[in-house]
Amino acid sequence: MATDLAAGAPTGTAPAPSPRPPARPRERRGRGLLVAGAFLVPNLVLLGVFTYRPLIDNIRLSFTDWNISSPTATYIGFDNYVEWFTSSASHAVLWNTVVFTVAAVIGSMVLGLALALLLDRKLFGRDAVRSLVFAPFVVAGAAVGVAFQFVFDPTFGLVQDLLGRIGVESPAFYQDPDWALFMVTVTYIWKNLGYTFVIYLAALQGRRAELDEAAEIDAASTWTRFRKVTWPQLRPATFFLLITVLLNSFQVFDIIDTMTRGGPLGNGTTTMVYQVYQETFVNQRAGFGATVATIMFVILLVITLLQVRVMERGQQR
Amino acid sequence: MTTTQAPAEHTRRLGRVGGYAGLLLVVLVVALPLYWILISSLKERPDIYTVPVGWFPDPLILDNYSAVGSGVAFTDYLRNSIIITSALTVIQVVLGVLSAFALAFLRFPGRSLVLLFVIGSLLVPNQITVISNYALVAQLGWRNTFTGIIVPLAGVAFGTFLMRNHFLSLPREIIEAAEMDAAGPLRMLWRVVLPMSWPTLIAFTLITIVNEWNQYLWPLLIADDASVAPLPVGLAQLQDTQGLTNWGPVLAGTVLTMLPILLIFLALQRHMIKGLTAGAVKG
Repeated sequence: MATDLAAGAPTGTAPAPSPRPPARPRERRGRGLLVAGAFLVPNLVLLGVFTYRPLIDNIRLSFTDWNISSPTATYIGFDNYVEWFTSSASHAVLWNTVVFTVAAVIGSMVLGLALALLLDRKLFGRDAVRSLVFAPFVVAGAAVGVAFQFVFDPTFGLVQDLLGRIGVESPAFYQDPDWALFMVTVTYIWKNLGYTFVIYLAALQGRRAELDEAAEIDAASTWTRFRKVTWPQLRPATFFLLITVLLNSFQVFDIIDTMTRGGPLGNGTTTMVYQVYQETFVNQRAGFGATVATIMFVILLVITLLQVRVMERGQQR
Repeated sequence: MTTTQAPAEHTRRLGRVGGYAGLLLVVLVVALPLYWILISSLKERPDIYTVPVGWFPDPLILDNYSAVGSGVAFTDYLRNSIIITSALTVIQVVLGVLSAFALAFLRFPGRSLVLLFVIGSLLVPNQITVISNYALVAQLGWRNTFTGIIVPLAGVAFGTFLMRNHFLSLPREIIEAAEMDAAGPLRMLWRVVLPMSWPTLIAFTLITIVNEWNQYLWPLLIADDASVAPLPVGLAQLQDTQGLTNWGPVLAGTVLTMLPILLIFLALQRHMIKGLTAGAVKG
């Protein structure tokens, strides 16, 4: 529209002066501020009160001995931090968190990419399978946790039945801490695979097909073609997924709570998030819970900032 | 002729066979557990606890579903889920659109700081804020109320970011023309901006519905009983009381919790996926 008008205007003449006077900038800006305030303030207040305030408050609480239902918290300095960093239970929790997070990130990204590559091909029925793969991602983690406790039931479950067919006895998913962590991790990946899958699929569909075709004509092997042509184009999606999947899997609560309650044997599948919950609301040690939450936040913040840094450097190249 | 073509043809056919084998494997891994949960929820109690497993419920019964309906307050949980999800979706979509509009189109001092404030909150997990928020909600007397569940979850960061990015991608000429006509901001939003934004808005709405329907930790802490607890919390309660000894009703409850959101998803998946992938791919 605008270009048409400009082209139609006789050349050489100055643009016609606006019929309106240069319009009361001060008044307009004042009104803009007012409107912006009305539009933004409710949301900013909510985020301020229920996201940023508790974040700061957490730090204060982490230096106290506090029962969450009591009105007063006693200042105890760094005692909670000393306890967390020196107790062997916390080391087990940290280890669980690292194992779970790393396995969840790598597992869901590798499998998500493999699925995206598979379902990007022209195969009969692929649309239905795409929906199927994504479906678990939309259902409640708590429901998946409840259901998969039964799926993994060592006596009557689906997994023991399938293993039985190849003559393998079911591991003690309910009693052995390592197998319990394995069970929780597999369940998490099963539920969240759809997310990494759709992100990678969208990236594959947005890539430059002509590059692939050129490589095909060059008769490059499938692997070379993937490594040299496809993979570099997937880099933004990979970085995005690294950050989001890591943040999400670090925070998982519903699946662990419904499948194992952090057990077996005390803290067999207790991750940091679960420890925050357990200390604060079960053991009534909210001060210590706040300490774990604060440490967790610092870890997440450092990881995220590092990743963003790496991503920016990657993009500059 | 045929001999030179044969190897290429051969690999291609091999590739197709491999593709379909992969497809079959994926279907088995994803669908088998779902099928298993469904048929188990339709079995009689002794049949659930039988080895080897029966792959078809015989007889097929609905008793577990009626047990869920009568035994625990499942209809109450369902009602609560609907109330909480609807309220949060309406609030978040309205707040998200208004915030995004202000951040994309209105000029005011400190705009980039406000944007940073909104995006920064994405880095603060809910699980970290629950302790202090719980204390605040208890202090306000909001425990075991819908207000206590809804208000602390009502702030919207992701949706604001999503809508803002979409608004900025709209053709500038149209926005400027509307500004020139001195249309008021609400009028401009309603008449000019939103009509060009339905797909993104639908995606935002769907993602919000799914997220809020699946909320677990926060309502678990705030709700004491079936008067306000949503389905996932009710389901965990059901699992607590029936647990390993009576899987039938628990699995029926699981199916009922999953079903509404799966139906919405199947009807509208394209829109939802569009919202999730926006911004992720372009880098």
